[in-house]
Amino acid sequence: MSAVEEQKQPFNPLLAVLAALAALFFVFPLIGMITGAPWGNVLNVITTKSSLDALGLSIVASLSSTALALLFGFPLAWLLARGQFRGKGLVRGLVTLPMVLPPVVGGIALLLAYGRRGIIGEPLDKAFGISLPFTLAGVIVAESFVAMPFFVITAESGLRSMNRRLEDAARSLGAGRMLVFRRVTLPLIWPSLAAGTVLTWARALGEFGATITFAGNLPGKTQTMPLAIYISQSSGKTDEAIALSLILVVVSLVVMIFRRRLSGSASG
Amino acid sequence: MLEADLQLRLSRLDLDVAFTVASGEVLALLGPNGSGKSTTLRALMGLLPLAGGRVVLDGTVLEDPAQHVKVPPEKRPIGLMFQDYLLFPHLSAVENVAFGLRARGTDKKAARERAAQTLARLGLEGRLASARPGAMSGGQQQRVAMARALVTDPKLLLLDEPLAALDVSTKTDVRRLLRDALRQSSAANVLVTHDLLDAVALGDRMVVIQDGGVVQTGTPAEVTARPRSRYVADLVGVNLLRGTAHGTVIEIDGGGKLTCAEPATGPVLATVPPVGVAVSRQRPEEQEPNTWPGRISAVDLMGDRVRVRIDGTPEITAEVPPQAVDELKLDDGGDLWASVNPESITVYPP
Repeated sequence: MSAVEEQKQPFNPLLAVLAALAALFFVFPLIGMITGAPWGNVLNVITTKSSLDALGLSIVASLSSTALALLFGFPLAWLLARGQFRGKGLVRGLVTLPMVLPPVVGGIALLLAYGRRGIIGEPLDKAFGISLPFTLAGVIVAESFVAMPFFVITAESGLRSMNRRLEDAARSLGAGRMLVFRRVTLPLIWPSLAAGTVLTWARALGEFGATITFAGNLPGKTQTMPLAIYISQSSGKTDEAIALSLILVVVSLVVMIFRRRLSGSASG
Repeated sequence: MLEADLQLRLSRLDLDVAFTVASGEVLALLGPNGSGKSTTLRALMGLLPLAGGRVVLDGTVLEDPAQHVKVPPEKRPIGLMFQDYLLFPHLSAVENVAFGLRARGTDKKAARERAAQTLARLGLEGRLASARPGAMSGGQQQRVAMARALVTDPKLLLLDEPLAALDVSTKTDVRRLLRDALRQSSAANVLVTHDLLDAVALGDRMVVIQDGGVVQTGTPAEVTARPRSRYVADLVGVNLLRGTAHGTVIEIDGGGKLTCAEPATGPVLATVPPVGVAVSRQRPEEQEPNTWPGRISAVDLMGDRVRVRIDGTPEITAEVPPQAVDELKLDDGGDLWASVNPESITVYPP
């Protein structure tokens, strides 16, 4: 038998030009950023107190909301993938709505639910004196609202695509439910969980609209990196905005490389 | 020894089968697709709950809905080998085989050692033993699955179509390997298959099931010599006719008569081997008893013989040499006369 020859795509000039333009469209902003960066001054700008505060807040808030997404999102993903209950489609739709909802709208909705006058926020405030808006907790809530759906969806699809009969096989070999979960289910859906975690974290790190609407823009308290960048830019401190942006670019690149390696190991 | 009486209701099938399997015995469960074979295994394993009946293994009740007894799958001393093996893709061959030992409390080192020994007995050693299933051939995966099911010394070994996924050339080797492994096993063995050859080669006894119920039980020789269902008759390759005997004449259900050599009375089954059926285009001149016309409905090549299905009263299959296809222009279809030699007919009670 002869080996199957890979079909060669014939050269099409129009296709090539359009594709090249599309690629350049993404390359130029990066080049612009690299050439426009105040290289001599970057270190000074990003080590100012306000920058470090914003960076610290971003890291704490994004990691916290990712942790919350894992804690609450996995059980939700499990039930969506394996549970049998009425209104499952509706639940899935509502949970994933924030993925397509403009974040500002998400922020408004959060205020109406968990704000001081919100349907949950008001009793919460009266009973315990807990108020979420304009606090770090509020930032975490806003980021979770926008980012958790990414984890739920990815984890659910991982659970759905795994061969559940492997769990039957494990049980037939004497493994109880916990052991089956630990030794079979978890390792098999691990790539999905990892990918979902990274996506969720990246989304939380970049969150802007819902955060500024629900948690405000208090430097050192609720001002995360994206907010600080926006404020710098709009108050004319372009150098500062670019320098701070560079940090997020580097972080994003690292995340992307990490994701590639994860998906590589998943298929291997 | 396994005593099984399984009753369960599923959306597409109601299963109601009962059988026993002695320790060391291999029971072959034969049946067409969708007849309830795999369901039977899943029920024995405890993966599907029974609605009625009971499962008793070596005197221990594993399941009895009337008494509210149901031992969970992981607590049953049963080994199950799946048709598609279901090897854990993220574990090496040794780890796959050691899984059951580890789950039942053997320490890691001892489990791996025993797993490696079991694999080696089946011819998988060295680098193969530490390979993952994805890097193995079908036959190698099959052996890992066999080792995984055998290594825990189950009291009941369930094999779901163990050879179905293999190509013909590997099948013979693996069948021999499986037969040796089953001979050494002291477990009660239940082997599910839709391949008559597997059932005959590996089974000490056969249970034929169809539509969720048992249609025949016996040794492979008994079942193949006296099939009680169209399904088995087709597998064996004989014509099976149902009717009522009045002496040497059988009135066939659905029309037609056959004269056979041995007299009988009452309801009977009769088998006619296709080689005992002669065909001709013209009505035979001698007035023979077992001669009737029909229309050719199928012509199939079986090795160096040709099988002709004749749609008459009754419907019957004849086996003719290949040159008959030319001589009688069988490819053209049309009408044909079938003649059955009375000596070739086997008659037995249903």
